[in-house]
Amino acid sequence: MAGRNRAGWVILGGGVAALAVLAYVNAGRPRGKRDSAPGHAARRWRWGGYAVEAYTVTIARPRSELYAFWRRFQNLPQVMENVDTITEEGDTTRWTIRAPMGQTVEVATRIVTDRPDEVIAWSAVEGSQIDTSGKVMFADAPGGRGTQVTAIIAWDPPFGRLGQLVAKASARAPAMQARHELKRLKMLMETGEIATSARRPAE
Amino acid sequence: MRALTWHGTKDVRVETVPDPKIVNPRDAIIEVTSTAICGSDLHLFDGVIPGMEQGDILGHEFMGRVVEVGSGSSLKKGQRVVVPFTISCGGCFFCTSGLYSACDNSNPVEKQDASEAAFGHAMSGIFGYSHLTGGYSGGQAEYVRVPFSDVGPIVVPDDLPDDQVLFLSDILPTGWMAAENAGIAPGDTVAVWGCGPVGLFAVQSALLMGAGQVIAIDHHPRRLELAESLGAKVINYRESHVAEALLEMTGGIGPDAVIDAVGMESHGLAPDRLLDRAKQAVGIGVDGIHALRSAIHACRKGGRVSVPGVYGGFADSFPTGAVMQKGLTLRTGQTHVQRYMPSLLHRIAEGEIDTTFLISHRLPLEEAVQGYQSFRDDQNSWTKVVLKTPASGWIG
Repeated sequence: MAGRNRAGWVILGGGVAALAVLAYVNAGRPRGKRDSAPGHAARRWRWGGYAVEAYTVTIARPRSELYAFWRRFQNLPQVMENVDTITEEGDTTRWTIRAPMGQTVEVATRIVTDRPDEVIAWSAVEGSQIDTSGKVMFADAPGGRGTQVTAIIAWDPPFGRLGQLVAKASARAPAMQARHELKRLKMLMETGEIATSARRPAE
Repeated sequence: MRALTWHGTKDVRVETVPDPKIVNPRDAIIEVTSTAICGSDLHLFDGVIPGMEQGDILGHEFMGRVVEVGSGSSLKKGQRVVVPFTISCGGCFFCTSGLYSACDNSNPVEKQDASEAAFGHAMSGIFGYSHLTGGYSGGQAEYVRVPFSDVGPIVVPDDLPDDQVLFLSDILPTGWMAAENAGIAPGDTVAVWGCGPVGLFAVQSALLMGAGQVIAIDHHPRRLELAESLGAKVINYRESHVAEALLEMTGGIGPDAVIDAVGMESHGLAPDRLLDRAKQAVGIGVDGIHALRSAIHACRKGGRVSVPGVYGGFADSFPTGAVMQKGLTLRTGQTHVQRYMPSLLHRIAEGEIDTTFLISHRLPLEEAVQGYQSFRDDQNSWTKVVLKTPASGWIG
């Protein structure tokens, strides 16, 4: 009887000690200090009021070529299936984007950062249907593999989390769009065409 | 055109479908003369590969003549070509590293999501296979659209008949890569599970690479005979205990390298195989790995395990202990066909390699359905079926 009691105390004591050790170890880590993973790989789904989606692809072409392709926005519908049209008026670019359930969304953006061969960043102007900003970055890939292209898109999903899930379910979510678009960009730049298993051209 | 189409488990049909056309600049259209039924087509026939859709045209072993080219193709009309089953762009990191079946750019973007979810990454496009590998229309048809035709197809001289070069499209390079992955040193013992086409070509390749003895394992007498005719020793697993025989035939050491040329629909007499099969039957994506377990168990300490056999899901009771404790090296993958085609064509032209011994049956494309059924049900005598189209001029 006494033996069993002693064992109980030992286990309880051990547990308390373990908690103390955990607390000590955690205290050593300042709260909010991040690991080496990029912010967009974080488990949280919102940053402030925004959902953030991003994707990186390595393309076996020089930075300058990829920057030049992207900077000429009229090129982008070639790789962006969800973008119907792009028009430029002065420093404002107007995008017509296909959204879930047959809707289209008008977004007008203005370039906020433009460093040749490095980064292009844009932000929605007043009156856009979606509050969004994004940037595409170009960095030399290690080992002479070409360029790492990262696209980051922050957006305020209409109807919040629900809107984000609906967009995801209908393959209209920015994350999936960005992934598909960057892969199409890679195909076009590396092979001169975009792969399709269609047996005949679309009629 | 006429084509063999998939409609469901054990339901394939020869139907009339629209002809293919040039879609992208680097495309070519090939008029097929000969096309074979592959063991992996039987996985589709049996419905154990996910991602098939009604009406898909099957076939990834084919050859024929170029009848149309896009502006970016390097082929010329009238050239006779063998087409690799893997579709590869030639320009991405993987293609330039010789890993053609890992091509980044040939599997259409919207088809890559499922592979990424299942495997972590998407592989190259493959003709006439699952939509996980692009859903490209295959070669058991009169015409095929061949993307990246400047990278894949190899031009063959007119004096080499179809039956001598057709297998450059898949099974000969696959057998060769299986032997290469076995890292054979002169005098090594190599054991090969499965005497289907890939196993037999692995036997042939291993001997060409200097193996001291090759031991082939199967239960079909006709297939074991073919292995013997190539110079292998054979074990019939219905007659002998495989593990014991292999130890005795290697002085108690075990084979230096083992090759699993069986894949996911492994047969066998052991209880583990029945459990795998039961799980497959209820459709939970389990690979039957009886042959692989047996190969890993038999392999000598520090030996090599080469896996050309096709797997597509998950395995139960994979012998991690044996792999780790014995320090085995495991090498596998879809074949990087383009890497091996030129040198193997050269060996065929020089008479070093003959592949025609394998062909047991030739049928017109119209009789392809019977070809599938017989190849599946009578594996002993139906070792390889080659389908001939009207364009081949073959009259039986």
